[in-house]
Amino acid sequence: MTKRIHWSNLYLILVFIVLYAPIIFLVVYSFNSGTTMDHFNGFTLSHYGELFADTRLIAIVLQTLLIALLSALISTIIGTLGTLWIQQTSRPFFKNTLLSLNNILIVSPDVIIGASFLIFFTTLSIPLGFTSVLLSHIAFSIPIVVLMVLPRLKELNSSMLDAAADLGANQAQILREVIIPFITPGIFSGFFMALTYSLDDFAVTFFVTGNGFTTLSVEIYSRARQGISLEINALSGLLFVLTLGLILGYYFVSQSHQRRMLKRKRGVAK
Amino acid sequence: MSRRQYANWGYYIPYGLWIGLFVIAPVGLIIYQSFLNLNHHFTLANYETYFKSGTYLMMTVNSLWWAFLITVFTLLISYPAAYYIHQLKHRQLWLLLTILPTWINLLLKAYAFIGIFSQSGVVNQFLGLFGIAPQQILFTNFSFVFVATYIQIPFMILPIYNSIDDVSDSYINASRDLGATSWQTFSKVIWPLTLPGVKAGVQSVFIPSLSLFMLTRLIGGNKVITLGTAIEEHFLTTMNWGMGSTIGVVLIIAMVIIMMLTGDRQADGGRVR
Repeated sequence: MTKRIHWSNLYLILVFIVLYAPIIFLVVYSFNSGTTMDHFNGFTLSHYGELFADTRLIAIVLQTLLIALLSALISTIIGTLGTLWIQQTSRPFFKNTLLSLNNILIVSPDVIIGASFLIFFTTLSIPLGFTSVLLSHIAFSIPIVVLMVLPRLKELNSSMLDAAADLGANQAQILREVIIPFITPGIFSGFFMALTYSLDDFAVTFFVTGNGFTTLSVEIYSRARQGISLEINALSGLLFVLTLGLILGYYFVSQSHQRRMLKRKRGVAK
Repeated sequence: MSRRQYANWGYYIPYGLWIGLFVIAPVGLIIYQSFLNLNHHFTLANYETYFKSGTYLMMTVNSLWWAFLITVFTLLISYPAAYYIHQLKHRQLWLLLTILPTWINLLLKAYAFIGIFSQSGVVNQFLGLFGIAPQQILFTNFSFVFVATYIQIPFMILPIYNSIDDVSDSYINASRDLGATSWQTFSKVIWPLTLPGVKAGVQSVFIPSLSLFMLTRLIGGNKVITLGTAIEEHFLTTMNWGMGSTIGVVLIIAMVIIMMLTGDRQADGGRVR
């Protein structure tokens, strides 16, 4: 028995080494005083200095963040409203159709989304650039928001809504005072997912970005095609720390929220 | 009991517009475009070229084969990993650590492998210790499959882990009590019960693997051509949108077939970008 567990641990350690080795490799070489990822010549922070002096790259980072925040915000609003629609539809056929349509963009390969959006924008003669990238990011984030909010909305007890209506709340009040506060955790995780999808996207953006506008992923792609530049390593070091912070933050926020919910439930039981 | 109206119809307009403009219209447009030639005239020539010239058919078969290989390797590595993670004490934390690499940009991970696999890179230095001359690793089929598998592993582990989590311990105990060996318990009880997770994982790995054009460019050195590479080439390099859309339609059909084969359970692992 102990032997089996021993082997399983060894296997997991191997898997985790493989999962993290490339990332650690990248970050370690960001401190390399040489210019390649082959030999570690000595410790330096100069690549980080280069990174912060590179105003073009910083502008691209800011553009990427702006796109991510705007698209996450807008898609969260539209997605949440869509979730209300899906949930309140009474005919099962219509509901399933809505859900299937919702999930099309989630299962579609990125190239299909990118190519079809490119045709779409050219047909409507929407200029390729900030607008087209923003619209695309909003479009592919909406279904994720819906999938995050829907389970939460399903948990909402309809007697709460009846109670609110009996107490004289009108539709807008019910929405604002009962439904929205209840589904807020779902909305937050939807927003968070939309944010990460937008930051992570390469393929769709690559298709609809045109010439003038780039996001970070597209920029990394074009630089990586030119070969090794340790400035990218420095960038990935920064991004890794940022991601780690974001995820830990999200983890603790959701944990403390769960604890609060538990407490509230216990309070009700008393 | 009558169902309640949550909100005014006005609130639903943006979502309805989204479905019309960004879900239905683009799919319609890509199908329409696939019947247009370079001069925007209606034609069946694109499909004729696709089916008559052996190159396109071979490319499709190759692309499916690479995606199949990637999926098999990913599954072989991920299933035991998910199973063992589930046995750990702080499994939630370990699961989080499994998913964490997916939040690092895909291109940065691909870029890391350019350094690792290069002629004088870490792997070749390691091989050099055993007196093996530097090998060409980057820009080979092997490196493409390796990096793609690496990237897809977390997306396979997550759904399998969730389905293992759903299996009640009492089934396993019952099977043991009835005298089944560990292998029998696994093959007759655990595997069938976790099949939905495996299907969801296969779905969320196979479909993106058909379209990983950035990896074929950065790691595969243009030797591996997937459906995604061909679409990107036709849309952004040769500007033959009609042919590109035709391949796109083929990819959509492949996707639908895979989804039918793997059932309609939604993968909650998300997709790779």
